[in-house]
Amino acid sequence: MAVYKRTYQGYSGAATPAWSRFLILPRYSLGRLFPSKFLVLFLMACFFYPAGCAVFIYLSHHLSFLRVFNIQAANFLEINANFFYIYCTVQATMASLLTALVGPGLVSPDVANHALALYFCRPFSRFEYAAGKMSVLIGLLSLVTWIPGLILFLIQASLAGRSWMAANWWIAQAIVVGSLIWIVVLSLIALAMSAWVKWRIAAGALILGVIFAGAGFGRALNAVLRIRGGTMLDLEQDSFTLWSALFRLPGAGRDLDPLEAANAIAAACLVCLWLLFKKIRPFEVVK
Amino acid sequence: MSPVIELDGLSVRFGNRTVLNDLRGSVSGRAVGLLGPNGAGKSTLIRTLLGFCQPWAGTARVYGRDIGGARREIRALAGYMPEDESFIADMSAVSFVRMMGELSGLPRDAALERAHEVLFYVGLGEARYRPLGTYSLGMRQLAKLAQAIVHGPKLVILDEPTNGLDPPARQRMIRLIREMKDAGQMHLLLCSHLLRDVEETCDEVLILKDGRIVHCANLEEERRANKRFVEIETSGDDAGFAQALAARGCQCSASGAGRLKMVLPAGFDTRDIFRLAAERDLQLRRLSYRRDSLEDIFLKAMETAT
Repeated sequence: MAVYKRTYQGYSGAATPAWSRFLILPRYSLGRLFPSKFLVLFLMACFFYPAGCAVFIYLSHHLSFLRVFNIQAANFLEINANFFYIYCTVQATMASLLTALVGPGLVSPDVANHALALYFCRPFSRFEYAAGKMSVLIGLLSLVTWIPGLILFLIQASLAGRSWMAANWWIAQAIVVGSLIWIVVLSLIALAMSAWVKWRIAAGALILGVIFAGAGFGRALNAVLRIRGGTMLDLEQDSFTLWSALFRLPGAGRDLDPLEAANAIAAACLVCLWLLFKKIRPFEVVK
Repeated sequence: MSPVIELDGLSVRFGNRTVLNDLRGSVSGRAVGLLGPNGAGKSTLIRTLLGFCQPWAGTARVYGRDIGGARREIRALAGYMPEDESFIADMSAVSFVRMMGELSGLPRDAALERAHEVLFYVGLGEARYRPLGTYSLGMRQLAKLAQAIVHGPKLVILDEPTNGLDPPARQRMIRLIREMKDAGQMHLLLCSHLLRDVEETCDEVLILKDGRIVHCANLEEERRANKRFVEIETSGDDAGFAQALAARGCQCSASGAGRLKMVLPAGFDTRDIFRLAAERDLQLRRLSYRRDSLEDIFLKAMETAT
């Protein structure tokens, strides 16, 4: 219909497959996020540590280059599971901060502007909405956690040879699985907080509070009640415990049993899902 | 004509409160008005048809599709303009309408093309790149209408479309709704508490009160029936005039002071009234169609319900 013909015309063309429609949301959400210069700068900052790790791996395999600068190769950290565990913990903190920046802008504008009814009056379910919004975080957080981690692993494998890769392939597995667990936890917390708190800054602060304040609360609980289970409230510690087990580190399970940590993470995810689906509705019913 | 919406004992409860109570009936008009006082259950009925509320008992069908089993299909066929201010403030109108089109199943390019078209159609063509947060209330209403029709739905549900609009903006909205109805490509369900809006746009009306249907009327038929009901005021002796009219099949009743009320038979030419008056040298001071306005129908329905 040409614009000068201002009469209503129906649509008779083809429709897109229903399963693919949740991918529409990340496209528009990312389009609304990236005009923020601060976010772009922060995202760039997230790659500094992986870039430093890549340089480190390269140098550790070029001893002749090190000798020019009179540096002893023995002083260099060995590239092993511990190296990648440290990488994961650093990037997990960056991912938490990135979540606090991105997360509040995902659901809260739709809730604040009563726009949820417009999504759900279409052939588009609450599950698809949550999946679409979550995929924004999954994509961005993957970009700063397991994707560079896997690249580092491949750099190390290419420099150390096939034998190293054959002996350490499980490290790659640990990087991906450990990072994905953390990404899912962060995404669910961010979406749940973003759905319940309409003010973006408050939602961001709450996301960080849930992630980091759990440590202090858990320790206080341990001290007052003289228990050990308070540590389970520290989601970061729970994840680190799981990663220690995934990276087969000797200290794994010292503070917290990996199974307990997994249970705590699963419980946190379930609570977030409940909070999310309680709030993501086309309208609120006042009973 | 096959029914657009069929209600089959539909009841909806929120907690212990029954909001819709055993609604039965069907509507098939091109534009159906949903009327009722505040809290009558109009918006709940719309939300139930769209699958936002679960029926407590009974069911409803939209184009023959059950709201329980074919929710997704019904939503694909419908476009909804909610009563609340629903928009995404930091998005431009064209992005917003395009996204809504894509979510309804339009491919990316088609959604963009249609977003531009519907924004021009509703009169937001020049402002389509502005963020919705900067729009006036009237413009936001038009943007909501644009997102409701972007995917070419068969049924457009408009919940209080003229809420908060100034008279020119209201006129524009009413004109658009009438145009959409006349285009004949969609059915309209217009929910409003403003009788004039419904009267100007709809040809069928469903009146709700306290969650029950208290009246269902075809306005077109009522209008046609009303055209046969005439009131005349004359000066002079009208006895012979009344007899002459009765001889031509009119049912007349004199109400004194030269006033005559009559029901015209089918095929009766109104000009005959003037001819008969002229033959008797009788002065006609007033002739009016005594039509029941929607307000009369509404008030009668409210009285009957109480």
